Amino acid sequence: MPRVMDAGDVARALRRMAHEIVERNKGGDVVLVGIQTRGVPLAERLARLIGEIEGRDVPVGALDIGLYRDDLAAHPMKELAETTLPVDVGGRVVVLVDDVLYTGRTIRAALDALTDFGRPAAVQLAVLVDRGHRQLPIRPDFVGKNLPTAAHERVRVSVSEIDGTDEVAIEDAT
Amino acid sequence: MSEITLINGTVLTPDGAVSADVVIDGDTVAAVGSDGERRGEVLDCAGAYVGPGFVDVHVHFREPGLEWKEDIASGSAAAAAGGFTAVVTMPNTDPAIDSGHLARYILDRGREVGFVEVVPAGAITLGRAGSALAHLDELWNAGVRIFSDDGDAVADAGLLRMAMEYLADRGGVIAEHAEDAGLTRDGHMHEGSVSSRLGMGGMPALAEETIVARDLRLVELTGCRYHVQHVSTAGTVELVRRAKAAGMPVTAEATPHHLTLDHRAVESMDPAYKMYPPLRTPDDLEAVREALRDGVIDLVATDHAPHAAHEKDVPFEHAPRGIIGLETAAALVAPLLDTQTLFDRLSVAPARLAGLERHGWWIEPGAPANLVVFDPDTSWTVQRFRSKSENSPYLGSELTGAVRYTIFEGAVTHR
Amino acid sequence: MKHFLSTETISKPDLESLLDLGDRFVEVLARPIPKVPALRGKTVAMLFFEPSTRTRMSFERAAKALSADTMSFSPGTSSLSKGESLKDTALTIKAMGADALVVRHKATGTPWRVADWTGLPVLNAGDGAHQHPTQALLDSLTIRRHFGTLDGLRIAIVGDIRHSRVARSDIWAFTTLGADVTLVAPRTLLPVDLEGWPVKTVDTIDDVLDGDVIYLLRIQTERGGASVLPSLAEYVERFGMTNERFDRLPEDSIVMHPGPMNRGVEISAAVADHPRALVEEQVANGVAVRMAVLLRLLGEEDVDV
Repeated sequence: MPRVMDAGDVARALRRMAHEIVERNKGGDVVLVGIQTRGVPLAERLARLIGEIEGRDVPVGALDIGLYRDDLAAHPMKELAETTLPVDVGGRVVVLVDDVLYTGRTIRAALDALTDFGRPAAVQLAVLVDRGHRQLPIRPDFVGKNLPTAAHERVRVSVSEIDGTDEVAIEDAT
Repeated sequence: MSEITLINGTVLTPDGAVSADVVIDGDTVAAVGSDGERRGEVLDCAGAYVGPGFVDVHVHFREPGLEWKEDIASGSAAAAAGGFTAVVTMPNTDPAIDSGHLARYILDRGREVGFVEVVPAGAITLGRAGSALAHLDELWNAGVRIFSDDGDAVADAGLLRMAMEYLADRGGVIAEHAEDAGLTRDGHMHEGSVSSRLGMGGMPALAEETIVARDLRLVELTGCRYHVQHVSTAGTVELVRRAKAAGMPVTAEATPHHLTLDHRAVESMDPAYKMYPPLRTPDDLEAVREALRDGVIDLVATDHAPHAAHEKDVPFEHAPRGIIGLETAAALVAPLLDTQTLFDRLSVAPARLAGLERHGWWIEPGAPANLVVFDPDTSWTVQRFRSKSENSPYLGSELTGAVRYTIFEGAVTHR
Repeated sequence: MKHFLSTETISKPDLESLLDLGDRFVEVLARPIPKVPALRGKTVAMLFFEPSTRTRMSFERAAKALSADTMSFSPGTSSLSKGESLKDTALTIKAMGADALVVRHKATGTPWRVADWTGLPVLNAGDGAHQHPTQALLDSLTIRRHFGTLDGLRIAIVGDIRHSRVARSDIWAFTTLGADVTLVAPRTLLPVDLEGWPVKTVDTIDDVLDGDVIYLLRIQTERGGASVLPSLAEYVERFGMTNERFDRLPEDSIVMHPGPMNRGVEISAAVADHPRALVEEQVANGVAVRMAVLLRLLGEEDVDV
């Protein structure tokens, strides 16, 4: 199970992404929304980093997209995590944050969910890892690491808030 | 006349069980012994009892009027399959058996079919409506000896008193379905812990006991023979016990289901467990069993009550009451009694009650050839019925005790 | 979960997990667009053989908030009145493409029969005086959202327990979740035999006024009340939540009622309108817990099939 990012790599990637988000939005009024489960702590960290750069609090929310999936039957939903949006997303720039971008279906569901809360001025996408194999016309705006993978492989992201450690590893799922 | 020899069986004679062959000549037992010659068809009875054919004083054959459930032909076939050679049909047909020509119709149809002796019970009240006496005179003259409004109690004590006074001198029997209509209103099952849990309307034990207690006072008054149908509660057992101790002309029956099931079965809400009186508590069941053993309850009667599949395939409260019983009765009761008592309760006692002179004879030369060969050790799975209906809670169960042959008036009616 | 029929046998973790899901749907229902696509393409059929407006509307709202389609059946205008059997009605509705059935019937056990006949997921919306399990869920959720837990709470259920499917459902849910339940009723309105019930009983409401939750059941005045009670006035005197009694309740206690209320009978008008009477929260939470159950029944592959 080769590790492809350690804690230091993750921290450096997030710091760079924070700068890119600030750069792109030129100090505009962004809200970070993490996708449950591991997108949420990543969004919180990015918000903190942006806050440090900008010297102000950046609002951060959490989105559970379970109810918006197009494959409920194949991925039985055992529990539903919290959805909290601290501010009205209408008219704002929303940066969706997730750990891994793969087929794009999660992001499709997240966009649907977000739309039900209002009409953002723009939606951008930040992911720690882009592993390719897209099935929908979706591309990330901010990427921590591009990671070419085979379909039978699985990318496992650990975050210290949930898993006790920060790392990214590739597993063979076959 | 045809001849049959039953070999290798254990024969229940007036002097007890003996290993012997039984020779039947026509409609009579010709010989019982171990050294006689074998005549006619030879039937192997190894491992089985050869005893008097069973008699059921409480069946519903649904003819006339309700033939989609059962008729006299299918009911007779079911009876023969269950080891029975005589049955008493209840009068709650459409029309009710409340006059002479209707009773004679049942007798005639029974003879035409010829599998068992079919004798009707007559209604006590006209149309079983509870408001005027049935044509008791015509019924008596047609041969009816047991009178019942089965399905309902006779609510009007004055009317019942009159019927008892009329029948007392003749020796007729009033058979009561003891169920007080007020106490059982909206009830579908025994009133107790299970009905409370299910929120279902209950039929309390005392709905049965108050009617029996009332009736026993009328028996004291009139001296009429009185039979309690399908005793289901410990309280009724006690009432009958005391009445008998006081020398009153009282008899009682219990059904195989009240001897084997209790109200917890209704937790399934399966209409197969719906019958009146309802399945009672385990304590009631134990009291009924004990009373059957010690003779306070004289006999077993099935209350064979066929209903078509679609009629029972509804919610419990909508389902008609009753289950079929003829084809499973012996197997259900046999494990509860010793052999002699089993044949007394299933044959001798009911034949005596119904005045059926050709039934309930222990096996001896000269006895009528109404016999059953019952193997107490063979197990079988309840799967198909000769009855038109299959509303039995025992469907799919494995039972031990099988009827090998039934012989009615010298002819094999089941093998 | 294949069916949702009764609270009698449901485990504490299963109950809590449904309530957790219910909490999520309370949030979903507060969104600007209170609707999610989770059950798009699924069809939920409402088989209300017993007239009901409130419960049926609540289930319809729940199904629609999950983007399921609904079909409704009303006994008055159906072929049931032409003699069609219950079984054929159920099979007909299945053949029309229902994915789940919500069943209410005045006969005990009907939802179980319908489940046997159709093989579809069945949700019991009330059978006779037996069970009404989503009512127990919404009541439990309402209490949990108010107190944070049911564990250790003292809950009194007051009124016609004997004929109440609400009581029969609540008792098991509340006690499974750790509450102490006391039944308050005159003898004619208590079940005949309480063997095995995890409850105490008292015969006047004054004995439970120090509790946390006073749950008032509806007295069936449309049956005249007289069939179960000699007098409505006496009932109010011994079992009614009057203003005077309400004043004696602890400050943080709540009053609940499954509705529809008889103001002036089991509950005074002023108590009914008091903020500590959570009747409207109960109704709102009803939609959320019904969404939770529908999602559990339809949003998962059932591994037990």
